[in-house]
Amino acid sequence: MRDLAESMSDLNTTAEPVMSAHGLSYGTGRETHLGPLDLAIRAGRSTVIMGANGAGKSVLIRLLHGLLTPTRGQILWHGAALKAGARKRQAMVFQRPVLLRRSVLGNLRFALRVRGVRKGDRVAREQAALDAAKLSHAKDRPARRLSIGEQQRLAVARALSTSPEVLFLDEPTASLDPASTLAIEAQIAEAKAAGVTIVLVTHDAGQARRVGDDVIFLDAGRVAEQGRASDVLTAPQSPEAQAWLSGDLRLAASGTTGL
Amino acid sequence: MSTFWGSLAEAASLILAWDPALVEIIGLSLRVTLTAVVFGCLIGLPLGAVAGAFRFPGRPVLIVALNALMGLPPVVIGLLVYLSLSSSGPLGPLQLLYTPTAMIIAQTVLVTPIIAALTRQVVEDLHGEYAEQFASLGVGRVDRMTALLWDARYSLLTVVLAGFGRAVAEVGAVIIVGGNINHVTRVMTTAIALETSKGNLELALALGMVLLVLAFAVNAAVMALRASAVRAAYA
Repeated sequence: MRDLAESMSDLNTTAEPVMSAHGLSYGTGRETHLGPLDLAIRAGRSTVIMGANGAGKSVLIRLLHGLLTPTRGQILWHGAALKAGARKRQAMVFQRPVLLRRSVLGNLRFALRVRGVRKGDRVAREQAALDAAKLSHAKDRPARRLSIGEQQRLAVARALSTSPEVLFLDEPTASLDPASTLAIEAQIAEAKAAGVTIVLVTHDAGQARRVGDDVIFLDAGRVAEQGRASDVLTAPQSPEAQAWLSGDLRLAASGTTGL
Repeated sequence: MSTFWGSLAEAASLILAWDPALVEIIGLSLRVTLTAVVFGCLIGLPLGAVAGAFRFPGRPVLIVALNALMGLPPVVIGLLVYLSLSSSGPLGPLQLLYTPTAMIIAQTVLVTPIIAALTRQVVEDLHGEYAEQFASLGVGRVDRMTALLWDARYSLLTVVLAGFGRAVAEVGAVIIVGGNINHVTRVMTTAIALETSKGNLELALALGMVLLVLAFAVNAAVMALRASAVRAAYA
C-alpha cells in the first residue's frame, strides 16, 4: 500500500506542472525583493512555500496569483504565459481575512456573482460553502462580527466556492489558535482531496509537515531548496534550510527585503 | 432684553400654530435642498468612488479640484450660476433665473464637490483594505465601485449629511439666483436675512429655531444609525 502511495506520488511529481516560474524576479526601484528563481507547482498537490520573515514568500505567492507583475522572468500557467484571466481559475486567502461589510451569506454571494456563477447555481454553492465553513447557523450574521477563526474559515470557504484550480493561502493561520488552525487545515485537506492544487505560505514547520507534499524553501528572495516535503523537512540539504529548521534565526541578506 | 424674550415667545407660538407662511418657507427650503442633495449624490458619489478606487491620468488634478471646490464661497457659486442663467448667459434661454430650479442648480453646484471629495476619501480608505481581495476575485470596475459605495454606506451617510447641512444653511447662492421672492423663492435662510433687516424678529427667530432643530435631528438620526452600524461591524 505504501509503495503504491509512493509510486502514485512519484507519478504526480513527474506530472506537468500547473504553474512554473523561470528566471522570475521582482523588485521596486533599485531594490530586488525576490529572485531570480525557478520553481514548479504541480497539479493536485500541495506546495508549501517556507522561509523566514522577509524571505519573499508573500511576494512570490502574489506574483504567482498575478497580483504583482514580475520585473523579470516568466510565469507559465498550463504551459503558457500567465495572463490576468488565469486569476479567475485561481483563488487566494490572505493572512488577515478580507471580508466585506455584509453578512456571511452576503460575502459568499458577492464572490460567486463576480465570478459569474449563474443565479440558479448560486444557492447550492452558498450552502455548500456554509457547510464547509461550519457557519450555516451564522449565515445572516455580519461577517466581521465572527471570531477571527470563523472569519478565516469563511474566507477559505468563499475562495473554494469559486471552484478554483489553484488555491493560494498566505499564512492563513498566522493569527489563529491551534483549534482554528486545524479547522483551516481540514478545509485545505478537503479541497486537495477534491483535486484543488494548494499553494500555502507558512513559516510554521509543523504546518508544512501536516499540509505539504512539496516544499519550496526561500531564503533572502532565492530558492534555497525545493523538493518533496518529506525530504526537505527531514533531511534538508541547503545550509539555510538546515539552519532554519534547526531553529536558528537567520537575517535576510542585506539588499533584499520582503513585503 | 424683553424684546428678545418676547420675540422668542412669539416665534415659538408661530411654530406651534404651524403658521402657513412659515410652513411654506420651510417646505420650499427642504424641497430645494433635498433635491440639490439628491442631484449632488447622483453626481458626487460615483465621481468620488471613481477618484477613490481607480488610478487614471488627471486623477491628482481632479482630487485637488474637488478639495478646492469644497471650500468655494456660496456667493461665488451664486454669481457663476447667475451669470450662466441670466438672459445673456449660456443657459439664458431656459429662463430659470429667480425660480426654485435656479436655486436647486446653485445648491447642486455647492454640494456636489463636498459629496465627491468626502466620498473619495472614504472610498479610498476602504479600497485600500479591499484592493487585493478584489483583484484576486477579478472584480470588474462597475462591481468594484458599487461594492465600495455599498460597503461604505454608513460612512457615506455622514458625507451626505455634510452636504445637506451646508446647503440648507447657506444664503449667499440662493439669494442671488432665487431673489428671495415671496411665495416663489423665499427659503429659510433668505427669509431670516430679510425679516431680520425689517425688524420682524419673530418670524426670523422661528425659522432659526426650525433650522437648529433640523440640524440636531438629522445629526442625531445619522449618529444613531452609525452607532448601530458600528455595533454590527458594518461601518
